[in-house]
Amino acid sequence: MERAEIEAAVIAILAKQLLLSPAEIAPDARIDDLGLDSLGKVEAIFAIEERFGIHVPFNANAPDQPEFDFATVGGVVRDIEALIARGA
Amino acid sequence: MRRVVITGIGTVNALAQDVPGTFQALREGRCGIGPLGFRDAERLTIRIGAELRDWRPEERFPAKDLPLYDRVTQYALVAGAEAVAMAGLPEGLGPCGGVILGTAAGGIQTWEDSYRAVFAEGKNRVSPLVVPRLMPNAPASHLSIRHGLTGPVLAVSSACASANHAMGLALQQIRAGAADVMLTGGAEAMLCFGGVKAWEGLRVLAPDACRPFSLGRKGMVIGDGAGVLVFEAEDHARARGATVLAEVAGFGMTADAGDIVAPNVAGAVRAMEAALRDAGLSPQEVGYINAHGTGTLANDRAESAAVLQVFGAAAPPVSSTKAMHGHAIGATGALEAIACVQALRAGLLPPTLGFEAADPDCPLDIVPLKARPARVEAVLSNAFAFGGLNAVLAFRRA
Repeated sequence: MERAEIEAAVIAILAKQLLLSPAEIAPDARIDDLGLDSLGKVEAIFAIEERFGIHVPFNANAPDQPEFDFATVGGVVRDIEALIARGA
Repeated sequence: MRRVVITGIGTVNALAQDVPGTFQALREGRCGIGPLGFRDAERLTIRIGAELRDWRPEERFPAKDLPLYDRVTQYALVAGAEAVAMAGLPEGLGPCGGVILGTAAGGIQTWEDSYRAVFAEGKNRVSPLVVPRLMPNAPASHLSIRHGLTGPVLAVSSACASANHAMGLALQQIRAGAADVMLTGGAEAMLCFGGVKAWEGLRVLAPDACRPFSLGRKGMVIGDGAGVLVFEAEDHARARGATVLAEVAGFGMTADAGDIVAPNVAGAVRAMEAALRDAGLSPQEVGYINAHGTGTLANDRAESAAVLQVFGAAAPPVSSTKAMHGHAIGATGALEAIACVQALRAGLLPPTLGFEAADPDCPLDIVPLKARPARVEAVLSNAFAFGGLNAVLAFRRA
């Protein structure tokens, strides 16, 4: 899967959670700045797992999240690529 | 207003299947959390919980009754029998006695088995006992049937605060003169595949251990079990010469009316203050707080802030026994009330297990790792549930 395709899908998922249009979410946006709350975050991760058929290692209690970078759209896209490559 | 006291307690939980065993485990700081052993557990991401080991219902119930009982009802009945025996309740209480019991999920295993049959296995019929097994009032109703209590009987469901709400309402029934004796507390049997799967989705379960208030905590660990307490009008208890274990001094409940899952400091503060006011206690009189202390980042941080706001820098010791008996959801407040009875009677504060390092966001004395002797006159027991529902009980030494 191409990076551009993953990026478009991630932006679409975030846009749905945030009630924004995809055009309003820049590929380098910081996710906290977009206003996603904690429940919105786990819903978005669920949607990502369903969309890409992967398991995302994410625990709402681990602030630094060494295994999965949820800070920026670009970070999410890169980690999804890595998870797809690993067949996680 | 009638004073209300506790004259009996009973429990089954991951630590032990009776009160003496549970007290011993709390004294020793033993952990009841281990690998999950139920069907399909290998398909879970989170594979630990505080399950009851060696639960053998066929040895506890007649074969003719057992088909009626989901595990949640089994737990409630065994805990209830211990509590009633300890209280030495007379026969024939009838309308002077009632039951208010908390549960979050009711007979969730029965739902699961029934759905597995019709959805996964393609069956077109299920047992006629599915409904009477799964209904959330089944544990309360079976306790009323078993002990002949025909006064106020109902179930209370407020997620993780269910048992505290149930006990608060039971207190109010007796104060209001609607009953002399109430069996109350909570029961939960959430540890089944679908139950844990649902919690996994929220990403708040710890994969390894429960570490309330500690730096490095990774979330909650679910437990199973039941706690049943006999609440009794003090005049009624004294007249029959019952042993009084502790006084149920006060109750406060509030709602955040905010987020459906995130905790709220102001709501917790108001609930603790309401319980103190109802009990006629000043903050200085409280010698111990059994915390909600789930081990999630958000709860423990918010609860610490709330305790400091109510009690100031001189806050009493605060511990979370959930690192021992797990977060028993709708039953947890009842297990914690039993820990409070032990604190008041034995002068022993149960510890917070799992502590690794102090979290600057939780600057409390959390009684780390080892139980601590301390004579306390009054204690609080906190419950702050999903849905923004807060319920706090105050107990006083008898």
